[in-house]
Amino acid sequence: MGGQAMTLTDQRPASEPRIVYNEGYLDEQTKRAIRRALLKGVAIPGFQVPFASREVPMPRGWGTGGVQVTASIIGPEDLLKVIDQGADDTTNAVSIRQFFERVAGSASTTHTEQATIIQTRHRIPETPLAAGQTIVYQVPIPEPLRFLEPRETETRRLHALEEYGLMYVKLYEDIARYGHIAKTYDYPVRVNGRYIMAPSPIPSFDNPKMHMSPALQLFGAGREKRIYAVPPFTSVESLGFEDHPFEPQSFERPCQICGSEGVYLDEVITDDAGGAMFVCSDTDYCARTSSGTSTEGAPQ
Amino acid sequence: MNGEITAGAPGVMARAAAAGEEPSDDFRREVGGHADESGGDMCAASGKVLSVREAGHRYGDRFGCRGVSFDLWPGEVLAVVGESGSGKSTLLGLLSARLSTDEGSVRCQTSGGELTELATLSEREVRRLWRTDWGFVHQNAADGLRMHVSAGGNVGEPLMANGWRHYGQIRARAAEWLERVEIPAHRMDETPATFSGGMRQRVQIARNLVFGPRLVFMDEPTSGLDVSVQARLLDLIRSLVADLGLAVVIVTHDLAVARLISHRTLVMKDGQVIEHGLTDRVLEDPQAAYTQLLVSSILKG
Amino acid sequence: MTHSPPVLSARDVAKTFTLHLQGSLQLPVLQGVSFDVPAGRCVVLGGDSGAGKSTIMKMVYGSYLTDSGSILLAHREGLLDLATAPPRQVLAARRESMGYVSQFLRAVPRVPAIDVVAEPLLDNGASRSQAREQAGALLSRLSIPERLWELPPATFSGGEQQRVNIARGFATFTPLLLLDEPTASLDARNRGVVIEMIRERLSAGTGMLAICHDAQVRQAVADHIVDVAGFAPPREEAP
Repeated sequence: MGGQAMTLTDQRPASEPRIVYNEGYLDEQTKRAIRRALLKGVAIPGFQVPFASREVPMPRGWGTGGVQVTASIIGPEDLLKVIDQGADDTTNAVSIRQFFERVAGSASTTHTEQATIIQTRHRIPETPLAAGQTIVYQVPIPEPLRFLEPRETETRRLHALEEYGLMYVKLYEDIARYGHIAKTYDYPVRVNGRYIMAPSPIPSFDNPKMHMSPALQLFGAGREKRIYAVPPFTSVESLGFEDHPFEPQSFERPCQICGSEGVYLDEVITDDAGGAMFVCSDTDYCARTSSGTSTEGAPQ
Repeated sequence: MNGEITAGAPGVMARAAAAGEEPSDDFRREVGGHADESGGDMCAASGKVLSVREAGHRYGDRFGCRGVSFDLWPGEVLAVVGESGSGKSTLLGLLSARLSTDEGSVRCQTSGGELTELATLSEREVRRLWRTDWGFVHQNAADGLRMHVSAGGNVGEPLMANGWRHYGQIRARAAEWLERVEIPAHRMDETPATFSGGMRQRVQIARNLVFGPRLVFMDEPTSGLDVSVQARLLDLIRSLVADLGLAVVIVTHDLAVARLISHRTLVMKDGQVIEHGLTDRVLEDPQAAYTQLLVSSILKG
Repeated sequence: MTHSPPVLSARDVAKTFTLHLQGSLQLPVLQGVSFDVPAGRCVVLGGDSGAGKSTIMKMVYGSYLTDSGSILLAHREGLLDLATAPPRQVLAARRESMGYVSQFLRAVPRVPAIDVVAEPLLDNGASRSQAREQAGALLSRLSIPERLWELPPATFSGGEQQRVNIARGFATFTPLLLLDEPTASLDARNRGVVIEMIRERLSAGTGMLAICHDAQVRQAVADHIVDVAGFAPPREEAP
């Protein structure tokens, strides 16, 4: 294929871009198709909408679902924040941010409250989200029932008929084995009293933030080709038994950098002798709390 | 447990018996044939669990089974016997709505107590039957159990599917049923993958009875087990069926199984019912040539 | 003869076996079988072995098909024709109206002797404790030691099995009792007990149909002997 094309590009001046991308990288048809899936997802909160997942310039499993969702909703006036495990400065977060700066002409920010779109892997920021913001989750396994039921035809049926006994089997097994529900991330939720949904591998610490959130929550699973959504101010209830209700993780100590309590902490190994410190996983929140910059409405 | 007469009908039954009549839609023991069903149905709505008339299922242009008619009442165990390929598994699939009824009629009792044509039920209604009214014990426990979920979780799942949301109650009920099928309490949190074949079948039985079904289908539940384990399992099934007043359709190729636990036997060959009647009558005084062959080849020796 | 209606009345009953595996050989064994069993009487089927006594017994009980004729049983304040009754009604009749003491015990493995005896009582709605208590009394009377009650009878001696069988047959009070060689493997003392039990039931109004080769027992209980040889079909063809 490439012989002629190569000569063509080679003849161009070096200053001219060699490839011109459509705004947002994806072509308009694809964006429309994804937006339709998003609309359907918003209309049926928690329902997994199949979509034709496209190639994007990163491997499947690195957030291609989230990238496609973001690409379909982002415009030049948007301010994008990307976090990976709560951090704005990891390789993946930085790459995705730069990718959109280049293909969508959007500006980037690390400040949660300034961002119009937040793409995330594994966390919801500590700073509460506000109406008008959209959070895009990268999802590896969208099917919460997959653990016990490998057949897609069957899980779809179970969702359709609202047969969710199976989901509780997993919780039962945890209690039988460990005395409590041991699942601490990707903890299943029931959305709007109807569909059971995987919240993506966020810590169960973050689950309560999804409930009645003023922000629009979108979920993209690129490898599994599913999109789903939770509209603003929608109930998101974490599952549990009457006598073993859902309990989010909690931390008994404050962040060792900024001193915040009631935040999600990462353990950071500090030396070869096994020394460790516990610090905020949300780097933006931590940096601004410790420097005294305002993060309005943040927890104590 | 008296499964014979049900609310509202005893007088009718007694009078029918007194007059030497049979309720016209009752099961006939005549070989092969069936009485005309058009006569007055004196036992309408009197608690039949299953009512089958000339039912058949077709694979392409060939019938897997055809022309099957019988009624099943609470507390009754019906054995379907025949060699492999005789159509007995097809019949089981047909009765349990896993296969379509391509001709004739299969009616089952639904929650209201009335008989409903299976073919008219939606998928949701059929699945509801599976959750609340019907059990199915598979020949291979791996088909009926989650092999990597604990025994307690396997038995508790139908309860959770029926809306139980109290862990302590689910666990207590599961433990009670595991004890009933003789699984030691300390193995409750182990998975069936670590159990013997006989134990797996017992867990499967508990899982299928814990929610109080009225009809249980069993597909060769004891084949593949050692003889001593088989006897123990059959005895367990027999006593549970009697205690709970269950209706059971059990498919087996083993006439000894039919003799031990069934009241009535239906002999199948080439998709047709060759003979049916009281189990001891079919086995001691078989009428059809094929049944005589079966009895002579299996029971002797 | 008695004036009360019979509990069992056979009229013109015939039976032919068709042996399909032997070229559909027709084997007529009985024809014109007619007899009554009045309440409170014991009718013994007499005749040589092979004459068809057991066949009659099994047709009455329903484990053999009756080709023609009628076998009317007093059942639920009416009459049930066992020759044509559908299986459900035969089962009901067995539960409520006719007991059967067969020659051999056919019990499910693993079921304790006392539960084998109690089962017909449970089937008729007795509570478990009540049924077991009555069953225990019967077993004691038939000298089955209490230590055997919780064991499955499969391991018992022939005589013990026979007595468990008798206890089971006598557990419920049915209008008709069928006895097929009830004392065949019993010692003199237990035979005496069984004769006593039979007489008690007869005076309580139970009608009995029995096969009994033991002359002593037969003399003690039989009111009437029906010679089955009289029901033999004419021999037309030599085999």
